[in-house]
Amino acid sequence: MSDPTLKAVSAARWRMAILLTTIMMVVYFGFILLVAFNKALLGTTFVGGLSVGMLLGVLVIVAAWVLTWVYVRWANTHYDASLRGLKS
Amino acid sequence: MTSAIGEPNITAIAFFGLFIVLSLGITVWASRRTRTADHFYAAGRSVTAFQNGLALAGDYMSAASFLGIAGLVALSGFDGLIYSIGFLVGWPIVMFLIAEPLRNLGRYTFADVVATRLRQTPIRIAAAIGALAVIAFYLIAQMVGAGNLIRLLFGLPYEAAVVIVGVVMLAYVLFGGMIATTWVQIVKAVLLLAGATILAGLVLARFSFNPLALFEQASATYGPSVLAPGRQVTDPIDAISLGLALMLGTAGLPHILMRFYTVPDAKTARTSVGYATAFIGFFYLLTFILGFGAMVIVGRDAITKVDAGGNMAAPLLAAAVGGTPFLGFIAAVAFATILAVVAGLTLSGAATLSHDLWVNVFRGAHASEREQLVVARVATIVLAIVSIILGIAFKGQNVAYMVGLAFAIAASANFPALVLSIFWKRLTTAGAQASMIVGTLSTLVLIYLSPTIQIDILKHADAWFPLRNPGIITIPLAFIVAVGVSLLRPVPSEERRFLELERQLHLGLD
Repeated sequence: MSDPTLKAVSAARWRMAILLTTIMMVVYFGFILLVAFNKALLGTTFVGGLSVGMLLGVLVIVAAWVLTWVYVRWANTHYDASLRGLKS
Repeated sequence: MTSAIGEPNITAIAFFGLFIVLSLGITVWASRRTRTADHFYAAGRSVTAFQNGLALAGDYMSAASFLGIAGLVALSGFDGLIYSIGFLVGWPIVMFLIAEPLRNLGRYTFADVVATRLRQTPIRIAAAIGALAVIAFYLIAQMVGAGNLIRLLFGLPYEAAVVIVGVVMLAYVLFGGMIATTWVQIVKAVLLLAGATILAGLVLARFSFNPLALFEQASATYGPSVLAPGRQVTDPIDAISLGLALMLGTAGLPHILMRFYTVPDAKTARTSVGYATAFIGFFYLLTFILGFGAMVIVGRDAITKVDAGGNMAAPLLAAAVGGTPFLGFIAAVAFATILAVVAGLTLSGAATLSHDLWVNVFRGAHASEREQLVVARVATIVLAIVSIILGIAFKGQNVAYMVGLAFAIAASANFPALVLSIFWKRLTTAGAQASMIVGTLSTLVLIYLSPTIQIDILKHADAWFPLRNPGIITIPLAFIVAVGVSLLRPVPSEERRFLELERQLHLGLD
């Protein structure tokens, strides 16, 4: 119950979860806040057909992919190894 | 070109007939493998990560996302993309906070997790209220959408379309349970991803495979404002509120959460979310191409002439770039999409009624395998009949807001209690119960008082509550209620149970 290793594994797992959740929220709500408060900036076009808003929108989707990938990589290596340690 | 819509289309009927034959074949095969409650609710926990990734994507990518978002982008440009992005960003949250603990702590429903260290009866009843509210509004939106779309696509009467969807879905769930539902989702997800990819490919072929040339053409024809936020986001607070509900609602949808029990362990659940996020993100990126493609190639006037809401943008685009046979294929894919989503919703509703309410509340968790299966199937039949009746009762009503309402309830009623039960050891039965009930009721009341109901539907001059999306109020409220009630009356025995379950949370039942 008061297993110190379990505590450490649990703490590391939630630190990762909270860190990645915070990054995703900052990225997404940063985008939403720009949509809400700075429409002019998002409407600016770099080259023909590509506005700042469209580019940032695609980048939010890419960020979701990257963060998910980072978590899977971390969990498959570090988290799973700690879990194996707990089992034995 | 537009005349192809709304007439019986041989290719559409042939493709759809093929899908029905294939999916009923899967159901017959699955019915022989459905012998226990584990099979019926969780496909015997034998689904692989890749399969579950596709099935999650199948459950999530509704006809509303395919036809609705394509139409929204075609008619309002960038504003439609806000939905595409909002519908994806919930998936990383599901991954980081929910998927693995859910698999390790529960059996069939998300209420299993909330109830695991708290008192069963009050938690199950409160969770069932939230879950059934989400499922009911989601189902109504899908059934009404089905009736309208099938009338437009196949020329069938509205009522006939609703009954067909209800009866075929009933066959999947009743006989094949989660095994059939999973495979129907997989087939549907592959068809939808393939259909959308081919359609986007045919569009891009006209612009030498350069999406920017497509967007530039859209901007040249309809003005540069199509590439910027516009009139859909007039109120900044409403935009943030919608964003919150889309993101956190995904992590509270009962039919999505239920899918994590179909895999053998938490690691597989984790990998399956990775696949789902990849597929769903890819699909929503395609909606950029489909929406702007319809805007440029079909034209806004031609789209609104067929359906003022723009829902026919993608089928019209298919007819324009691929001719009537391709329109038939896309129409059949849209029909299959609705069927699969409705089946997933019904199965999760049946799990709530039979597993949460009947078995765990009325029978005190003492029910034989046989009784569990019988009750689950009776609940499935009841839900199918109710959804057909609701589908017909809401004919001609504006139900577009109901998917948003379902996400708002999921985010306010289910998500806070679920995430706190996993993360916070001081959460008490009373806290979780109050949070789920307040989350559901406050969302329903604020939607009723919002401009969507008061001005658009009831035609009143103004609305008491200014926002169309209540999430920014109701989600924090549900968290505050849960924390406040729990801290006011701490229950040390429930806190001790949290520490006992911490090992199971990470390692499962090994």
